Amino acid sequence: MAETVEDVTLALSGPVTLASLGPVAALVGRGRADAPVDLSAVTRLDTAGAWLLTSSGRPLSGANDAQRLLLRTVQDALPPPRTVAPRRVHHRMGDGLAVVGMAVGAVFFAVAQSLGFVGLVMARLAGVLLRPRRLRLTALVHHMQEVGLRAVPIVALMGFLIGVVLAFQGAAQLQPFGAEVFVVDLIAVSILRELGILLTAIIVAGRSASAFTAAIGSMQMREEIDAIRVLGLDPIELLVLPRLLALVIVLPILGFVADLSGLIGGGLMSWTQLGISPSQFRTQLLADVGAAQALVGLSKAPVFAAIIAMVGCFQGLQVKGDAESLGMRTSRAVVIAIFLVIVMDALFSVFFAVWGV
Amino acid sequence: MAETVIAIHGLTNRFGKTVVHENLSLDVQRGEVLGVVGASGSGKSVLLRSIVGLMTPSAGQITMLGTDVLEASAAERAAVSARTGVMFQDGALFSALTVRENVEAPMRERLTVGAATRRALADLRIAMVGLPPTAGDQFPASLSGGMRKRAGLARALSLDPEILFLDEPTAGLDPISASAFDTLLNSLRDALGLTVFLVTHDLDTLQATCNRIAVLADRHVLVTGTMAEMRDVDDAWVHAYFHGPRAHAALAAAVGGT
Repeated sequence: MAETVEDVTLALSGPVTLASLGPVAALVGRGRADAPVDLSAVTRLDTAGAWLLTSSGRPLSGANDAQRLLLRTVQDALPPPRTVAPRRVHHRMGDGLAVVGMAVGAVFFAVAQSLGFVGLVMARLAGVLLRPRRLRLTALVHHMQEVGLRAVPIVALMGFLIGVVLAFQGAAQLQPFGAEVFVVDLIAVSILRELGILLTAIIVAGRSASAFTAAIGSMQMREEIDAIRVLGLDPIELLVLPRLLALVIVLPILGFVADLSGLIGGGLMSWTQLGISPSQFRTQLLADVGAAQALVGLSKAPVFAAIIAMVGCFQGLQVKGDAESLGMRTSRAVVIAIFLVIVMDALFSVFFAVWGV
Repeated sequence: MAETVIAIHGLTNRFGKTVVHENLSLDVQRGEVLGVVGASGSGKSVLLRSIVGLMTPSAGQITMLGTDVLEASAAERAAVSARTGVMFQDGALFSALTVRENVEAPMRERLTVGAATRRALADLRIAMVGLPPTAGDQFPASLSGGMRKRAGLARALSLDPEILFLDEPTAGLDPISASAFDTLLNSLRDALGLTVFLVTHDLDTLQATCNRIAVLADRHVLVTGTMAEMRDVDDAWVHAYFHGPRAHAALAAAVGGT
């Protein structure tokens, strides 16, 4: 795009394209604004070049037929210059207060919406319980396999390691008092009552709440849920109930697996580090820790399961058209599910303490 | 004038035991609009995906703009990609970006032009494909199907490509939008000297825009030629395709219209 300035005519040569836009713009920008531009030596012109030339407002000459056509096409398409009104910033008294109010309102709205969803699911569940034939058995079994059976290895490993850690830390604290044997009580009570089921629920929340949201959310994006609705079927019955029931059924089992492997891990550690033999461990366990402890722990499992499944499905149904919202909802599902599980666990502790269980 | 911009030789694609293409050869000349037709499942989309590099064929050679795209390094590949534009069936717009940002995206990644220039060029593209200026600020989810297709075309044109790949550009459009699309395609081809590789089922589009038609059948290119030549081809499927009631309607409309 070398320039040869004869008088005031600007003669462009070479390609005038998107790639050479910068240098050409510099040439065109120089010189008098009404000086003609000669295009006879331009080898290649594209829409970006044509845009530059037409929007410069300088008279053009020497273009061949194709170039003239392109220039005219671009000229015709050229959108009117945008007049963006400068945004006036209104900052009034009480703006901050309004923001707080809107945030609180949004929270209330979200809570009301979720409660509405819980109610809807309950109503559908009652409908299915009255007519058990409507339950999707295949889907139920499929989800039990997905969220239950496939989660057994990770849950068992987690439980085992928690048992090991508790035995190790408990031993360090109890040994100075010569009370090593009470490490059995420590492990059993903490795992059976609290940690086994709580940590299982957290793992399942991370694993399955996100999976539910992603699956239902992508169905929502591709209008599959709308298709279910126009077929006269109910997405809650079809998608939510099998997931909910599957999780309610398998989470207690997973919690039991975590309890067992936790006791095994703790027992192994007590044996190797503290010299508490397995039979001693068993005797101590049976003498001091009743089955009630395990039942208290496992009784929380169905509630946690319902929370995880409902949060996952609800967030999935809230997904809007774009990919961004799918990701946002998925991560939100995990965070909310774990948060609610922990809140619920705290409430259970208070409840059991008041009732003296 | 007849410079070959895409040369496909001995292309074979198979998925497991299903052979989609076998020893397929096809040349595309600069400045032509090539329409690719074929029955559903005849591998039109697979062919397009092989050419633009979305899938690696089982065997064969594809040369685009003088580069052997299957042997080329990533950098050479990217350089060829920058000179081509692809419009997917439903636009495939980035859902988290506005239409303008979608059109700006290729320029943002490939070039170092100022933000104001990029914005102006994006607005120009949006206007050129016939979208209203207000569409630029909208998100793809709020656009109609036809507008999404146009926005997809605007993004494909963003880098002023030499070759444009269109996958079913008029499918799902109302007849007015579809014929407006044909007109748009013709004016863009004339003005920009575009080479267009067009996969379509739309006989009106074939009639209105294509210089040459390639028929895909029996795992290879059965025949190529103009719309008129297609009508004389002695093959049952081709005959049924170009002599059906819809083909007659398209031809009658074209004869009546011009």
